[in-house]
Parts: sequence; structure tokens; C-alpha cells
Amino acid sequence: MLVLLSVALITIYFRESSGGALHGAQRIGVSVLAPFEIAAERVARPFRDAYGYVSDLVGAKEENAELRAEIEELRRQVVENETAAQENDELRKTLNYVEGPRFPDEFNPVVAQVIVRPQDVYRQEIVVAAGSNDGIGRDDPVVTEEGLVGTVMEVTGNAAKVRLLTDQQSAASALVLQTQAAGIVVHGTSVNSLILDRVPKDQLVEEGNIVVTAGSRAGKYESLYPRGIAIGIVTAVSQRDVDFYKRIQIAPLVDFDSLEEVVVLVAKARK
Amino acid sequence: MTAADLAKAAGLFLFAALLQVTLVTSVNVASGHPDLVLVLLVSIALLRGPILGAVSGFWAGLVLDVAALQTLGLSSLLLTFIGYWAGRFGEATSRRSPHPPLVAVALATVVVIVGAAVLHFMLGDTVPLSHVLGPVLLPSLALNSLLAYPLYRLSGRLFQAPVPERREAVLLV
Repeated sequence: MLVLLSVALITIYFRESSGGALHGAQRIGVSVLAPFEIAAERVARPFRDAYGYVSDLVGAKEENAELRAEIEELRRQVVENETAAQENDELRKTLNYVEGPRFPDEFNPVVAQVIVRPQDVYRQEIVVAAGSNDGIGRDDPVVTEEGLVGTVMEVTGNAAKVRLLTDQQSAASALVLQTQAAGIVVHGTSVNSLILDRVPKDQLVEEGNIVVTAGSRAGKYESLYPRGIAIGIVTAVSQRDVDFYKRIQIAPLVDFDSLEEVVVLVAKARK
Repeated sequence: MTAADLAKAAGLFLFAALLQVTLVTSVNVASGHPDLVLVLLVSIALLRGPILGAVSGFWAGLVLDVAALQTLGLSSLLLTFIGYWAGRFGEATSRRSPHPPLVAVALATVVVIVGAAVLHFMLGDTVPLSHVLGPVLLPSLALNSLLAYPLYRLSGRLFQAPVPERREAVLLV
């Protein structure tokens, strides 16, 4: 009888819309469980931090040397970027340039604690401890300081489910920052890898290039993400005669395995 | 199975499921992680039989699916089956033997991972089998096996196996 009940639950849940009775019951269940999950998360955090600390110690020395070299390079780039940004602002004012929502100026950030992490390899989804009571809505972009995390796919009063960029159903229109080559970022061949797909072979893309969201606005099919959120760094580029597009692998900038807090971007215009 | 057993199992699996979704899934080895709920379920079913195993499995699955906002019924289906099977396995093997926990946990881990792959495939989630068999199955198998004996002993303290009634032989002369 319990097996039949389980099969019935799966069937009804899978077929009904997100406003259906079972989804509603689940949302109530999450609202009840969320305080316990937040409490459990707080209790668990020191243990997870300790586990993370020990894990990070492995290879820390090598990583330290790489990071020091990277800092030197980035310092040089900051000076160049600040000069370019000032010049860019002045030119925009001169041209009265009209553009889409700018990140992060036109969004209200809602910082939310991650209370549930991906449970299996099939669905890369997390649950955060903020929901519609905080102004969060479906399809809101979710980021961290490092870059793009994903989008909100389901909201309850005090919790929201976020589909990570590494999920097989996620996709984001993206640009290579250095060359403006455009494509679509989708999940890669392993759990935490990404691929930049649909980049024509004549476009120039090199290892080490940075990939950011394109924020494309083509008619009613506009991107869910504002332009310019970092996604990852190109780790490999190849192309074959039989393929239409380049094969570009990306290492995401966000460490999806150790998300503690995320920022949900709520558009000011909607709020 | 008594009402006290049910209440104890309900509380235990609520706690275990919350611990599973908040903490235990962070302990990753490759893409596998220990399954606290599964090992506890197998241990209790081995000790107290298939009915408590199946009911506990259904409840634990329901809590997991609600807490993680997953497809309702998916974990319940798998864990109900595992709870019932482990209970039958416990009845068929000697409860005094040290081996059933390890064997049952290992088999249950394989069944749950392969079963989840089949169910997700049927629901349209396609993940290459190579992502499941190597990076998920082997580490999960090892981690769950490590948990098998400690959690079996803990379950033994919480859910004592029923002592068979003593039958006194009466010798009629």
C-alpha cells in the first residue's frame, strides 16, 4: 500500500502544475521544516567548516603561489579597468546610451543562507532560507561574490529553491569578455563543469578568457540574468571539422560544493 | 511493532533526514556522500522487521523530499522498498550474526543508487551512467559501510529486538 501511495505521489506531483495541491502541501511542509533546517545548519556549520578547512589544507601551498602571481596580475588590471570604466561612463553620458537593467545597481540584493545542498547528481538544486516574504520571486538571478549561481525556480514564504547553473536544465546566454564571442553556457560532462556552447568556429576564444552573462534582450525572450555577471574561466578550446561550433570548457568561478550564502537579485522595478 | 516504536522511529527519522539534507550531503567523496537515513533505516528494519522498516522508510523519504523540495514520493518509494526488504532480510538471517548489517547496507546502497538512476531516467533526468557508477556508487558504498556497524549498534540500543517468549515445557507423567 505504501509503495502504491509513493507511486501515486510521484505521478500526481510530476503531472500537476507548481500551484497544485501536492506542491502547496510541500510548501507548507517546507515552511514548517525551514526553522529546523536553519537551526540544524547553524549547528552543522562548525563541523562543515572544520571539514572544509582540512580539505583545503591539501594543496594549499601550491595554490598560495598561484594566487600570489594572480594578485600581481589583477592589480595591474584594476588600474587599467578603472581608467576604462571612467572613460566608459563619460562616453555613455555623451551618447545618452539606453541599456537594460545594470548589475548590480538596479537590483536589491537579498542575502540568504543555504540550508539544503544538492542531494544527488541528477538535480543540482539548493534551498535557501529566504522566500516571497523577502521579495524573492520565481526566475530571480542568484549570485555570490565569485559569480553566477543560478535562478530561483520555486518560492515559499520563507524558503526558495534555486536551480544551479550546473543543473542539466540550466542555460545562460554568455559572452567571452575579452573577445565578445557569444554562446550559451550549459552543464558540462562532469557534475561541476560547464560548457560554452554555440560559439561559431570563426570566433576567437582562448584559454584563460573570462565568460560573463550576456544579458541578451531579444524581443520577449530576454535573458533572466543581467549583463556582466562572471560565470567562469575558459579551460580548454577545441574544434573539429564535423562540428558546427567550438568546444569550449569552462571552470566555474563559483564553488558549487561549498555554497554557504548566496545573494538573490530582486529587480528594483518589480519590487 | 508498537505505537512507541512508531513514535520513536518518526522522531529519529525526522532528525536524521534534517541532518542528512543540511550536513551529511556536504561530506563529498568524489560525487558520493554517506547516507545516514538509509543506514539507520536498514539497521532498524533488520532489528524490528519489515513492517516498521517499510513505514519508517516511507516517512523518512517523505521528510527528505519535503525538506529538499524534491519530487514528492521518489525517496519514499525507494526507502519503503528498502525498509521492507531489510526487515525480511533480518528475519531470514540470524540477528545475532555480526554480518547482516554490512551486507544489508551494501546491498541497500547499490539498490538505492541504481533505483534512483532508473526513476530519474523515467522522469526525464538523464545523467550518463558513468557519472553514477564510478563517482557516486563506490564512494557511497564505502562511506555507508563505515557507518553500518556504529549505527546498527545505536539502533540496537534504541530499538531492542523483541525477546522471543519463553515457553516452558510441562512434563506430564
